[in-house]
Amino acid sequence: MQMTGDQILVQSLKDEGVDIMFGYPGGVLLGLYDALFNSGIKHVLPKHEQAAAHAADGYARSTGKVGVVLATSGPGATNLITGVATAFMDSVPLVVLTGQVSTHMIGGDAFQEADIIGITRPITKHSYLVTKTEDIARIVQEAFHIAGTGRPGPVLIDLPKDVLTGKAKYNRPKSVNIRGYKPKVEGHSGQIKRVLTEIKKAKKAVIYAGGGVILSGASAELLKFAEYNQIPVTNTLLGLGGFPADHPLFLGMLGMHGAYVANMTIHESDLILAIGARFDDRVTGNVAKFAPNARVVHIDIDPSAISKNIVVHVPVVGDVKGVLTELNRLQKKEEPVWGEIRQSWLDHVRRWSEERPFSYDKDTKQIKPQYVIERLSELAPKDAIITTEVGQNQMWTAQFYNFTKPRTLLSSGGLGTMGYGFPAAMGAQFANPDKLVVDIAGDGSIQMNIQELATIAQYNLPVKILILNNCFLGMVRQWQELFYGARYSSTCLASNPDFVRIAEAYGVKGIKVEDKKDVDAGLIEMINHDGPVLLEVMVDREEGVYPMVPAGAASSDMIFGPNKKDTKKLKVVK
Amino acid sequence: MKHTISITVENRFGVLSRVVGLFSGRGFNIDSLSVGETIDPEISRITIVTRGDDRIIEQVTKQLHKLVDVIKVIDLTDLNFVDRELILIKVSAAEKAKAEILRINEIFRGKIVDVSPASYTFEVTGDEEKIEAFLKLVKPFGVKDVSRTGKVAISREM
Repeated sequence: MQMTGDQILVQSLKDEGVDIMFGYPGGVLLGLYDALFNSGIKHVLPKHEQAAAHAADGYARSTGKVGVVLATSGPGATNLITGVATAFMDSVPLVVLTGQVSTHMIGGDAFQEADIIGITRPITKHSYLVTKTEDIARIVQEAFHIAGTGRPGPVLIDLPKDVLTGKAKYNRPKSVNIRGYKPKVEGHSGQIKRVLTEIKKAKKAVIYAGGGVILSGASAELLKFAEYNQIPVTNTLLGLGGFPADHPLFLGMLGMHGAYVANMTIHESDLILAIGARFDDRVTGNVAKFAPNARVVHIDIDPSAISKNIVVHVPVVGDVKGVLTELNRLQKKEEPVWGEIRQSWLDHVRRWSEERPFSYDKDTKQIKPQYVIERLSELAPKDAIITTEVGQNQMWTAQFYNFTKPRTLLSSGGLGTMGYGFPAAMGAQFANPDKLVVDIAGDGSIQMNIQELATIAQYNLPVKILILNNCFLGMVRQWQELFYGARYSSTCLASNPDFVRIAEAYGVKGIKVEDKKDVDAGLIEMINHDGPVLLEVMVDREEGVYPMVPAGAASSDMIFGPNKKDTKKLKVVK
Repeated sequence: MKHTISITVENRFGVLSRVVGLFSGRGFNIDSLSVGETIDPEISRITIVTRGDDRIIEQVTKQLHKLVDVIKVIDLTDLNFVDRELILIKVSAAEKAKAEILRINEIFRGKIVDVSPASYTFEVTGDEEKIEAFLKLVKPFGVKDVSRTGKVAISREM
């Protein structure tokens, strides 16, 4: 039976198990939207394509499935770019569908034409320009396979109008076979044994676990591995939730705004077990001074991540879950070797942890943002999904929220995308209708995609937005304070709107908290409200994120924040 | 150090730009590049000559491997391989220099592919040294134009 390309595409998506997609229609997609109309696939209409991409990303990160986003040719497609780049940097599986002008018009500067394959080449795992209707089914199948396997990432399919309107038989291959794409899943057994030798030799071992642990679903294996060997664990930002924050072996996040104990442990260690992490510059600080005495074991599915930034002594290329399972299996045969040496290292580490835990001044009249997050962490259910924007709100969340389960923190790590958290929360909420989903936002970031209030109102999506309002682009302000003589060039947000009234204008419940004693009540009201809520909390403008490793410094070289007791209050310049 | 990298790819449009984009996007320089079909029309071979220390070359080859349309990447540098380049070169040929130019061409076993009253166009193939030597010798006569293919390479059978 002959079908149109539009129908083939919809059928292909159904065969991939797609139940929801995020998209925005346009001229070249009219037929496709018509085919979607009664297809059974839920189509969500955000108010900006960028938000559609972040929503698909939030859906993917919170479920582990491939997210699907759709946009029309030209500006629709280009509006996706920030979302695609965000997903690419954090290895999020997405299938990105873009409309394209008809094949005979491509390259002719047609109305709403953009070379989206060319534009997105550096920020996609792979991409396809479909030139024949009969190729659609195969390409969709391949795209889902590529997006979701190996090191996941976004795959783009560009769909010209005439290919969508053309007719062909629905012909989905039985299996995917791509000559040049065979990710190596199983770790080399010899290398795995070398890891165990390294552990036996080490006196001061530490596990540095990243987002790969969550992507491969290896949290349970990691816990077993760490407990068996009694090795302390630090997480990257994207790794948070991959190891329970309330576990005695947990050190907290490491890196630029990481815990003192985490950074000191890494710095002093003689063995780093890097698992599904990539030695990002926000983690290592100055690479020349990073962990000077450590041997490095690196387990990662992406061979190019190995020895990219840091020299690795024992590489294991493979899926983290499989490799950890194998390590645990091999270890079971032998008695644990940790004894006094391991115990004295753990005692040493514990001292750092007690010396300088994450902290803030608890005796002020103003509301400290850290306090709000701590309270949210205590009041919210353990399986609540937290998304963040980017900046101080993100770092305080990483420091003060206790993530105990994987896929409960969704945050833009690699690209650092302001405006990510709110639409990602929408995607996560669609995927997890019964869970509490909270976007922890700053007053700057929320305004990057604030139009999505219309979307959560339209779908009565119970997303909660918690704005920590300090009337500044707080992280940039902090850097200006520390490194640019407190010249606050273009970081003051005195022109902030009345967020509560904005929320209400969109039909979303708005709450404002200005007094410390009302924080709990505000949070509880937000959590318990049966529908979308925007909660604005007026926090201390001058609060900074500490500790902090200045750019170019060694990661052990942390600053702990100025003593602000006697300094003048920040002025908001109108 | 110079490296000659042989990349086997799917013969599809856009593949070359992915390979080249990977170099430019990471600030790796390409000294020469050539591309053409293999015996299987679905597969092309790209030969790239690039420079860098071991760490950079390792990164380059790993990144190339990651491209979905790339089937195989071999850094030929430390292996036994042959490489050739083809050059078309148009040399001014003043009456009294003609004999000398033709003699040089003969020594290099070049072909004359075009003649005009004032110039010869030669086709010369060989490794980089031979091409450079030929260029050096004909330069004094006045070189009007040059077109080079870039290097193609293939591993030797042991």
